[in-house]
Amino acid sequence: MNMSLDTQIYNKLILQLSDILPESFLLTSEEELRPYECDGLAAYKRLPVAVALPDTIEQVQAIVKVCSQLKVPVVARGAGTGLSAGALPHEGGIVLGLSRFNKIDSIDTDNLTAVVQPGVRNLAISEAVSPYGLYYAPDPSSQIACSIGGNVAENSAGVHSLKYGQTVHNVMQVKIVTIDGELITLGSETLDTPGYDLLALITGSEGMLGIIVEITVKLLPKAESIKVLMASFDEIEDAGHAVAAIIADGIIPAGLELMDKAAIHAAEDFVHANYPLDVAAILLCELDGDDIQLAEQVEKVDAILRDKKAVAVEIADSPEEQARLWAGRKSAFSAAGRISADYYCMDGTIPRKQIAHVLKRITEMSEKYGLRVVNVFHAGDGNLHPLILYDASIEGELESTEKFGGEILELCVEVGGTVTGEHGVGYEKLDQMCVQFNEAELTQFFAVKLAFDPDSLLNPGKAIPTLHRCAELGGMHIHNGELPFPDLPRF
Amino acid sequence: MNILDNDITAELQTQVKQAISNQTPLYIHGGNSKLFYGNTVDATPLDISAHTGIINYDPSELCITVRAGTKLSDIETLLAENNQILAFEPPHYLSSSNNNQDTATIGGTIASGISGPSRAYTGSVRDSILGVNIINGSGEIANFGGEVMKNVAGYDLSRMMVRSQGTLGVILNISVRVIPKPEQNITMTFEATQSEALSYFQNLRKNTLPITATAWLDNIALIRLSASEQVLQSCKEKVKGDERLNADSFWQDIRDHTHEFFTDSKNNDKPLWRFSLPPATPAKIQLDGQQLIEWDGAQRWIYSNAPDNIIQGIASSFKGFATHFKDATSNNAGNKELARFSELDPALFVLHKQLKNKMDPLGIFNPKRIYRGL
Repeated sequence: MNMSLDTQIYNKLILQLSDILPESFLLTSEEELRPYECDGLAAYKRLPVAVALPDTIEQVQAIVKVCSQLKVPVVARGAGTGLSAGALPHEGGIVLGLSRFNKIDSIDTDNLTAVVQPGVRNLAISEAVSPYGLYYAPDPSSQIACSIGGNVAENSAGVHSLKYGQTVHNVMQVKIVTIDGELITLGSETLDTPGYDLLALITGSEGMLGIIVEITVKLLPKAESIKVLMASFDEIEDAGHAVAAIIADGIIPAGLELMDKAAIHAAEDFVHANYPLDVAAILLCELDGDDIQLAEQVEKVDAILRDKKAVAVEIADSPEEQARLWAGRKSAFSAAGRISADYYCMDGTIPRKQIAHVLKRITEMSEKYGLRVVNVFHAGDGNLHPLILYDASIEGELESTEKFGGEILELCVEVGGTVTGEHGVGYEKLDQMCVQFNEAELTQFFAVKLAFDPDSLLNPGKAIPTLHRCAELGGMHIHNGELPFPDLPRF
Repeated sequence: MNILDNDITAELQTQVKQAISNQTPLYIHGGNSKLFYGNTVDATPLDISAHTGIINYDPSELCITVRAGTKLSDIETLLAENNQILAFEPPHYLSSSNNNQDTATIGGTIASGISGPSRAYTGSVRDSILGVNIINGSGEIANFGGEVMKNVAGYDLSRMMVRSQGTLGVILNISVRVIPKPEQNITMTFEATQSEALSYFQNLRKNTLPITATAWLDNIALIRLSASEQVLQSCKEKVKGDERLNADSFWQDIRDHTHEFFTDSKNNDKPLWRFSLPPATPAKIQLDGQQLIEWDGAQRWIYSNAPDNIIQGIASSFKGFATHFKDATSNNAGNKELARFSELDPALFVLHKQLKNKMDPLGIFNPKRIYRGL
């Protein structure tokens, strides 16, 4: 079997895990392990020594205890839709799959919360609480497939994070199993919990501090009405200025998304959203609220867009029209995959006022490297997703792409931003972390890790680079336009 | 922007390094307006209140970056000039050691994590924080988070500084998210028993009305709504009661604990307890003494002489917590170490100790401020 784990330890591990789990819950043969070799970022692949698929918290505790005693790494995995190789297996460790934890335990329509197991799909929560007029706000684009446990581990966000926050703002309580096998509750059902905010710490910790086994999410009443505005611009910089102007005017849209000409064309060819093809950029602005408030805001936003040189503003009232406008945006990644052999997706976030400047610099870099770029992103949050188009079969093109991507992320940090807004560091962005954090900061991160996991057994080698590692660049590599889950909408 | 004095930062760092090398604990403080909140720290004071100034503020970024000693009132004045506010409406408790002046700093606000009346509707201190710059347990300056809205690079140590009460590091600078200032506020009020008010608040929570505060005391329920004039006009028909004019000072008094409920001597001869309960808890807390309810029922203030274990027992029976918020004014036993915060589950407390130990290995920062052993 796998050579990176001592045979004697491997045999002990399998023997002890077999005692805990029914036969079908423990995968050990290569063909069974193969589906777990990567997550949504298929550029990185490794086989684990085994995959454990428990269905009770007691089993999770027992598995972790065994691994802790034998010093075997544990990589927790939800639906495996992550985009930064956060769930990439460790070659000498097990994957702890939480897909059997797929039940919504309870819905509390008084406290507006739901207690869910980590394997529950994000969208399944909103579907389950919809009859009560409620929903769960964070909506990563992969929400039909991604699991809530993974969302907490990555602090996932979506189109509506601008107004309704990220996962960290929408979770009340999380139960974790520590590396010692202890079950610990972080947060509470109240609005203030005594002690340190370990709930915030665990959110976005990428499986490095504990295994998330239960989540209490916050539910919101659905907005009365929704409007979507689409504004077209002849200059992309004008679209960038319009974003800043809307926010500066005191309006927080539910979503505010920007697509450049290349993205518009790719999306239009793919889904026929009826986007204008002769413009440099479009801005999609979703507003929600009660009818009076909405009417006021639509009027204001419309005026701002025109003031910032929008050549046309279309207002979608009906759910069908709104879905059409969003369709192009939601399929933009897949659409990019159709016009290029490969693409490389960045996830930097920048201050809004830098949008126009950064887009201009990206255009200049694109000319310098001779590589096309498609820009489609969460403009309201300043979260960029430039897709660099390349062809891995052309010698040297991948290397230039990686250099180009690295230059974009360095630019994001330089203008006061971050290398990752929502996809996480995982295995993919370890090198870029060195650009953003200095030695004292990285040391502090390791100290936190060791407080929870002294032997570094929980998802080792992810999220925080070791001090001597600061060399090569990484990214989201898509080969021949094949997304790991091509049918999922992507942002 | 004002001129920032870098000597002050360097001086603070020197003091911390000195404390580390001498292994002498520090009591980190700003305006001392929340001195009462937690155990007394018997250590060399490290005064942050001179470390002031606005580092960066651009209204269209919805973010302000300031030095920790900057007074809350200065920040709020600047934000108001740009039609913005802090979402969590932080209290400005008057500092009894400074002739009842408003000395509250942003650093103390973040470290204590106490939010005001709007907390249940527009989020808490921790929800708003975007980044911090700290002096860590090795005396080095480190940055976590930043000024952008979304940032998942590294562990979220900036949010964890909130309510850590100075026990994990010295906060130097803070970036917080700000929100647009609502055009107008109105307050609706009606007579109600406690249970009537709780059940009415509960019904409101299922709507999308622009509520930004609720309160109940003296058999009166109050609901603040914040939006444009036109929207508020329509709200008046949807919310029970009559409009209470000029209610801003009422909410400010609730926020700052300058309301009669908090200042009346017949109340504050007993300790002030703060109950934090699941918002929909319908029951009245069965304790003698006057009660003030906020956040739809999630926050309840009670003056009570009942023994700690009875009070904690009541809180935990509702899956909530009780904080011994403030001593009775008659109690001058300032140094007495009380269990001011609900006890943590033992396994959770072990994690706290391990974390404290890794971040402040020599136990320099505000020892025992929250719990003995941290």
